[in-house]
Amino acid sequence: MNDEYVSMWKDLGLDLEAHDSLLSVLGNAYKDIFLTQKDRPEGMGYFDFVMSEVHGLRIKELMDEKLQGRKIIGSYCVFVPEEIALAANATLVGLCSGADFAMEEVERYLPRNTCALIKSSFGFKLGKVCPYLESADMIVGENTCDGKKKAYESLGSLVDNLYIMDLPQMKSDQGRDLLRNEYDRFKSAVEKLTGVAITADSLTEAVKTVNAKRSALHRLSMLRKADPSPISGLDALLANQVFFYDNPARFTESVNKICDELETRIAKKQGVTPEKTPRILLSGCPMAVPNWKLPWIIETSGAVIVGEESCVGERGVRNLTKDSGTTVDELMDAITDRYFKVDCAIFTPNEDRLDHIEDMTKIYKADGVIHYGLQFCHPYIMESIPVEKALEGKNIPCLRIETDYGMEDVGQVKTRVEAFIEQIKD
Amino acid sequence: MKYAGIDIGSRTIELVVLEGGRIIESRQADTGFDPITEAKKILAGVAYDGIMATGYGRNLFEIVFDDSKTVTEIKAHAKGVRAFFRDAGTILDIGGQDSKAIALNENGRVQKFEMNDRCAAGTGKFIEIMAKNLGFSIDEFGPAALEATKDLSINSMCTVFAESEVTSLIAKGADRKEIARGLHLSVVKRAIGMINRVSSNGPIVFSGGVAKNPCIRELIAQTLGRQILVHQNPQMIGALGAAMILEEEGT
Repeated sequence: MNDEYVSMWKDLGLDLEAHDSLLSVLGNAYKDIFLTQKDRPEGMGYFDFVMSEVHGLRIKELMDEKLQGRKIIGSYCVFVPEEIALAANATLVGLCSGADFAMEEVERYLPRNTCALIKSSFGFKLGKVCPYLESADMIVGENTCDGKKKAYESLGSLVDNLYIMDLPQMKSDQGRDLLRNEYDRFKSAVEKLTGVAITADSLTEAVKTVNAKRSALHRLSMLRKADPSPISGLDALLANQVFFYDNPARFTESVNKICDELETRIAKKQGVTPEKTPRILLSGCPMAVPNWKLPWIIETSGAVIVGEESCVGERGVRNLTKDSGTTVDELMDAITDRYFKVDCAIFTPNEDRLDHIEDMTKIYKADGVIHYGLQFCHPYIMESIPVEKALEGKNIPCLRIETDYGMEDVGQVKTRVEAFIEQIKD
Repeated sequence: MKYAGIDIGSRTIELVVLEGGRIIESRQADTGFDPITEAKKILAGVAYDGIMATGYGRNLFEIVFDDSKTVTEIKAHAKGVRAFFRDAGTILDIGGQDSKAIALNENGRVQKFEMNDRCAAGTGKFIEIMAKNLGFSIDEFGPAALEATKDLSINSMCTVFAESEVTSLIAKGADRKEIARGLHLSVVKRAIGMINRVSSNGPIVFSGGVAKNPCIRELIAQTLGRQILVHQNPQMIGALGAAMILEEEGT
């Protein structure tokens, strides 16, 4: 292990032993799940590298940025606008929430029947194994579901830099006003943190940077329409996950590079699976690193995932922000409009999401939809029933899977997924 | 050509060999704690040209036995059931550790299915444990429950909680047969939930070991007002279906 990293982790207050064991589990899982895939695009080498350095080089970069006076803001949700952070000379990073860690500690703060994602965010804090969280100058907790909202009250006792962002629950004028006001408040808080006043120029530039990053992922998504699919769902998910960690400009460049390669592949009809492989749209809860369980089960059961209707996926990056505003006020409006379209299940009603699932099924020529609900994530598991009904009404097969980060149910989930794939094939 | 189907369940293993569409061999054994050794035993001396495995042990089987294929229990049951019940539209399969309801379209293809969650609630294992707690053998359990004159409600679905509920009912002096009926009812409620989620009318073909239990059969038929059809050997359906699928593929 690189000595420089070890002292960096030590300075961040990580529990080195626990962190080592986390990295070794993560490394092995990555090897088993990603590196065993056949015919991967060469451009994935970049993402392999990023993942191998996700707690190393990337943290070093953040620490170097901090030395130069830049601030780091950690977030758990796609409702936290990266544009505002960047415009005030701060870096926004996603915080770890994709694996069970220090669960016995977590249950001193949270009830057992809390969703795995929330528990995980506490586990990474209590186990002292998330260098992103420890390097953050501000942690943003957003009022999405009740679970997160109440959990942040307890998280507040564990960290001294938690900022709570309120969010609307209805797509009404009042809801939009609330979001706009909250973004203004967030803007002031970020400006105070960095000591940098946001200008129309800096905000325009930030909007362009984030738009470029999202556009690159749009381009990647569109290439997945091809049959055979030029990239596995696991690799595409990985790109969507790295979106939350990486340097924005470098990420955009790397995704575009892989897209160039995929275009060549498509022209040669070269795929990661044979033509006519059953195509699955994955829809539902977000999948944070290293939550690869369900996609791994699906893609080792003879299907290929062609789209993610998820915050770590198309729901998170679907819309771009209008960059034509000339004043901070106009740009803040544009940012609000952009984020207000996110069809998260905390909204009621949330019909847009249903339309998006149907649209995505058509666009990516999916043969069926697997709805992924995290156990105890009420917004998404509640929506899974109307989603299933609506899809059945359109003769689109749908399988609802409710699971968590544990491995005990892999056998049963695999049976369901395999049976669903057989059903689609028949 | 001889086509074999093997269903490696959590409690039992079944083997069926087909030749020219006819069953020429049919065997059953307990799974025990080492499914592969038991599978090897059951296959000893059996001749076949190709084999397809189903059940929870199918993937393990595929690793150990070269050139074997696998299919899920769901598709295997859909196939096997149609051999005896040509127009079957709904299947309920309750095995040792899982239960499922399957709706078929008019061509016999799987249209929709539901499976129980990760625990043993509402499965054969639950019935087995409860029978033992009440001092019944598995074969006596269903008929005894049918003799109860009163419905007694068991609220816990969980095997562990239901056990303590049963213990406290025994302590209160409740009738053993009534408790048995209450336990059957709790399994039936769960099964009905799954059936209703996949299909709403027509006869139900019941397979798996629990289909042998007359009380479960009667309670489902009564509650849903639907006909229950059971093959004389409902545990063979999965293995038969696997063999039929293989024969169709013409390995």
